[in-house]
Amino acid sequence: MWDHEIRAMASTHAIIAASMLMATVVPAALVPGFSVYGTHLLWIYSVSGAVAAVSVAIFWLLGISPPTRKHTLGYKLSRLFRSCLYFFLSCMFFHIVVVLYGAPLIDSALETFSLAVLLSSLTTLRCLCVLGPNVQAWIRVFSRHGAMSVWDTCLQITVALTVLGAWMGAFPIPLDWNRPWQVWPISCSLGAVFGYLSGLVVAPTWIHYHRKQLTYKCK
Amino acid sequence: MERNCRLGIRSSAFASVILIFEVLAVALFLRGFFPVPVKSSLSKIRQDLPIEPLSGGSPNSSHVPQPLFKRVVIMLVDALREDFVFGANGRTYMPYTRHLVERGSTLSYVSKARIPTVTMPRIKALTTGSIPGFIDMVMNLNSPALLEDNLIWQAKTAGKKMIFYGDETWVRLFPKHFIEYDGTISFVSDYTEVDNNVTRHLDSTLKRDDWDILILHYLGLDHIGHISGPHSSMIQPKLMEMDDILKKIHGALISKEAEGSLPYLLVLCADHGMSETGSHGGSSEPEVNTPLVLISPAFKRKVGMEKPDEIEQVDLTPTLALSLGLPISQNSVGHVIPSVFEESSLRDQLRFVHLNGHQLSCLLKDSISDYAKEAGFEQYRVAEKAHGSWMKRYLEGNASEVLTNMGKKVLKQYLEALSSMSSALSKQLGKYDLYSMIAGMVFVFQLLLVLLLAMPEALSSSAAVDLPVMSALLSLPFYLLCLLLASVHVLVCTSAESSCYFCSLSWGLVFAAIALTSAMSCLLLSLTTRRLPLGLKLPGKVSCISSSEWSLSELDVLLLAGTAGHTLSLAASSFVEEEHQTWYFLLSTLCLAVFQDVCRKYFREKGDAGGDEEEFVLPYKENAKEEIYSEKWLALATPPFVLLCCRLLRSLNQTGVQWAHLPDLGHWLNSSEHKVVLSLLSALCLVFIYFLIQRRCSLVSKVALALGLLGVYSYRAAVGNVLFPWQHSGRNMSKGTVEARFVYVFVLGILFTGTKDLLRSQIITADGKLKNRGLWEIYSGLVFLVSLLFRPHNLPVLCSCLLIQTLLAQFIWKKLHYDAAQTTIMHYWFGQAFFYFQGNSNSISTVDISVWFVGFDNYVEAPAIFLTALSTYAGPLLWACHLVCYLSSDINRSPVAMGHGCYCLALLRSVPAAAYIVLVTVLRYHLFIWSVFSPKLLYEAMHLLLTAGVCLVFNTVEQSRTSSAA
Repeated sequence: MWDHEIRAMASTHAIIAASMLMATVVPAALVPGFSVYGTHLLWIYSVSGAVAAVSVAIFWLLGISPPTRKHTLGYKLSRLFRSCLYFFLSCMFFHIVVVLYGAPLIDSALETFSLAVLLSSLTTLRCLCVLGPNVQAWIRVFSRHGAMSVWDTCLQITVALTVLGAWMGAFPIPLDWNRPWQVWPISCSLGAVFGYLSGLVVAPTWIHYHRKQLTYKCK
Repeated sequence: MERNCRLGIRSSAFASVILIFEVLAVALFLRGFFPVPVKSSLSKIRQDLPIEPLSGGSPNSSHVPQPLFKRVVIMLVDALREDFVFGANGRTYMPYTRHLVERGSTLSYVSKARIPTVTMPRIKALTTGSIPGFIDMVMNLNSPALLEDNLIWQAKTAGKKMIFYGDETWVRLFPKHFIEYDGTISFVSDYTEVDNNVTRHLDSTLKRDDWDILILHYLGLDHIGHISGPHSSMIQPKLMEMDDILKKIHGALISKEAEGSLPYLLVLCADHGMSETGSHGGSSEPEVNTPLVLISPAFKRKVGMEKPDEIEQVDLTPTLALSLGLPISQNSVGHVIPSVFEESSLRDQLRFVHLNGHQLSCLLKDSISDYAKEAGFEQYRVAEKAHGSWMKRYLEGNASEVLTNMGKKVLKQYLEALSSMSSALSKQLGKYDLYSMIAGMVFVFQLLLVLLLAMPEALSSSAAVDLPVMSALLSLPFYLLCLLLASVHVLVCTSAESSCYFCSLSWGLVFAAIALTSAMSCLLLSLTTRRLPLGLKLPGKVSCISSSEWSLSELDVLLLAGTAGHTLSLAASSFVEEEHQTWYFLLSTLCLAVFQDVCRKYFREKGDAGGDEEEFVLPYKENAKEEIYSEKWLALATPPFVLLCCRLLRSLNQTGVQWAHLPDLGHWLNSSEHKVVLSLLSALCLVFIYFLIQRRCSLVSKVALALGLLGVYSYRAAVGNVLFPWQHSGRNMSKGTVEARFVYVFVLGILFTGTKDLLRSQIITADGKLKNRGLWEIYSGLVFLVSLLFRPHNLPVLCSCLLIQTLLAQFIWKKLHYDAAQTTIMHYWFGQAFFYFQGNSNSISTVDISVWFVGFDNYVEAPAIFLTALSTYAGPLLWACHLVCYLSSDINRSPVAMGHGCYCLALLRSVPAAAYIVLVTVLRYHLFIWSVFSPKLLYEAMHLLLTAGVCLVFNTVEQSRTSSAA
């Protein structure tokens, strides 16, 4: 079952992972003084931008997003506008959650917001690509037994692992090792990126090994 | 019939019994971990001075160099930080002292105090030269006379006349040592009178000639630190005052100085520093680093500010002893400060370090079995030999440059030997009584295992554990184990060289312990065999019900993983220091997980999917729609609101170590210019507390609460923390004893009413409502007492504690049908987080000792300990008490909730305590064992004790339920 989808998924993920790698390597060659720790915010935006561009392009080409009923330009524009709005709102949401978790409110607001942007582009953007700006669909996918396709399951896994990665990234902050990666928000953003990468690997593998058990209601 | 061989007891009684035994076992462990050191007492002091080494000649006379100083004035300023004198602000804080340090004939050092940085152990260290054990801090309060060999005793025996003014502790430590003294009893709230009481004697004393040593101990600075921290506006005037006093003493000493006689010595020192929050007890740099300024015409005149050298605090003791011509006290581990003796002849200098070396080597022989292998001892032997040959040449009249150089080399050798012997000795202090520790640990683990193995029964629907006690007691293995353990005990105790607490216990107690542990082992064995077949059956069982009931929800996973993760995190010293971060982090995650649950519940209601699981939402549809609607949004808003509250509380008190220096709201509120805000805030909080707590009380209690809370505010106003609108600014501060006692009366009244209701419900009417009201009244009495004890800036903590409890009970726990175990774990987590929200940390220095004097004129031991424990553990205690109230009011839904809750609480507390005991044993040679791990151990033990108390309350309440049901 779904061999075709799994193959498509694996190759998509490979491309996204490669783009993230490029987003780290290429600026290092081009921009003088670029490093993951030193110019961390630049790295965050570079990775976010790369992931965003590649995801949007691939999912648009694959045509996974739900078919739109109207094809008018106005409708498409409003969809685009709503997607941007949702993306921004999700950035705000992540920012607020991170501050509630204890990030300083004023001192390093830019760093916190960059982390929120990274998290949004790793999670929300993918939701927007796969599900469109449709809150009902989001609620459906993220409630128990709500997945309706292989792509939904994949989305669940990557989002969960990304958030989990960022969550676990906060563990080493209180340790007194004085390492460069313990500076806020480096460990969290690294955690999120590693979580996302592992999600990219885990999702196709898991679906591949569980393809017999997986049943979707409305497929 | 069944009862004969099996003992069926309720979960709560079982948990309480286990916890009580655990407390005993932990006490045994603590006794082993903090051994009371055995030291030579005053009665058996040998006074044989070593002879001066001389190779090849007849034994020289035991020549002792002349004392360097005639009169010594020691001015000890409590909590004087090093940077108050040597730092950038030193010029404005203490101008005269600073001038002397820079230009006068002085020697200045940064003297490093050892932990615990608390006054009494530091005074002991300064006078005996030894490093008092950690346990001295716990005994800090009832200070009996110091029986060790010490400087003051030596001075008294040598006929020196001493005068002391200052902290009462000295008078208690050295009774009858001073020809004249005036001990001041310390109040944290008083910082002017306490110093004036010292200074008022100065003028007359300085004019007189009948004393040799004058000791002054000023407490005011420490009190200011406790009240408002090191950056308060009160610090500068106090330091200026100290500076003036020093100037006065110095002037008087100069004017008294006569030609030809020995010079004077003026010592300015401190017992410990002051942390960034104004407290002390821990090991942070500002707490440990204190200034030491020696002022005497015997020293070279300085030409400018030099960076002061670092020395150990205990180095002052041998230096003072030698420069006064006294023997060094036997247990002293310090070594002399060489620059003090720089101006005396080379022969005398060598003799001084030789005396110090001899004393240290004797101490080394006494305390280390293979002392000969110590590098310092070897160096000392070599240096002594070289000293002998130098003496020979010196006595032959050889006075060349070569001899001086050689002498300097010998001196250097000596000093190296001294410092390595000194460090070897300080390392040696703090031996563990391993047998008692292991015995305690084994007990704790057996109890924990019994607790864990009984889990399926304790959490079953009957909530009763049946323990095969009788069969265990009558079995053969029990007697065999008893015999075996008794023989092991005899073997260990007869072969042990060092003192062992467990061996010194009486035989009856030891045998009871042995019988207990054997019984526990047999119990464990039978419990395991009972579980084993069940465990084999389980897979089949699980597969059929796994999908519906046995699967853990995300919340369960979080609760379990969080508890386990926290226990594991205790292994890292940073995580212990920053434990509050762990709890805040877990709490935020918990709130988000609850939020997700709430969302799932209320949004599912609309959708059609998954109706099978959550049928309970359907009945609501018959109710009034508006009600559901508002309730839904309130429930949805609760977790974010709780998150917001926690975030605000977290910025109220910065605790821990790494980020403790960051500014927080508490400091902002406590600074004098924001007194109005603080007053408004605390008044508002008290009103809120009243409204949150009164709704379930009887009318009498309501009135009592209202009056009492007014009393709390007027107490704070009387103490000077907050303002009354009609108060004159010129009114002088009192101790507020009357107001506090007024509040105590109401607290007792409310507690009494609550207990009365509880008893009546139990004995006469068996009325569930009355019982709940009684419980709630007891709870409100506790809240009320805590509101009196909390500092005004912490009242928001109490207020939001009540608010969060109300909201969660109303909208989350009941509505989402969380079971007793889940609710208990959440309560525990919240309790832990609130422990840190109120400004506690895992260091002793954050314990608020100002509560000793709430309603008391002087220190009374029993209430002081009770009040300190209550105010420190207010967060965990209030949450645990709320758990009792909540589960008992919820009794209709699940009658065994109380038992489950009690069992879970016991388990939640025992797991980290047991794990921590093992960790501490493993890490006992860790660098941070005294500064980080030991205080945490004391906190854990205390928390265990309090939890045992709460479990007993659970037990009584549940018992009354069963009896009233019967």
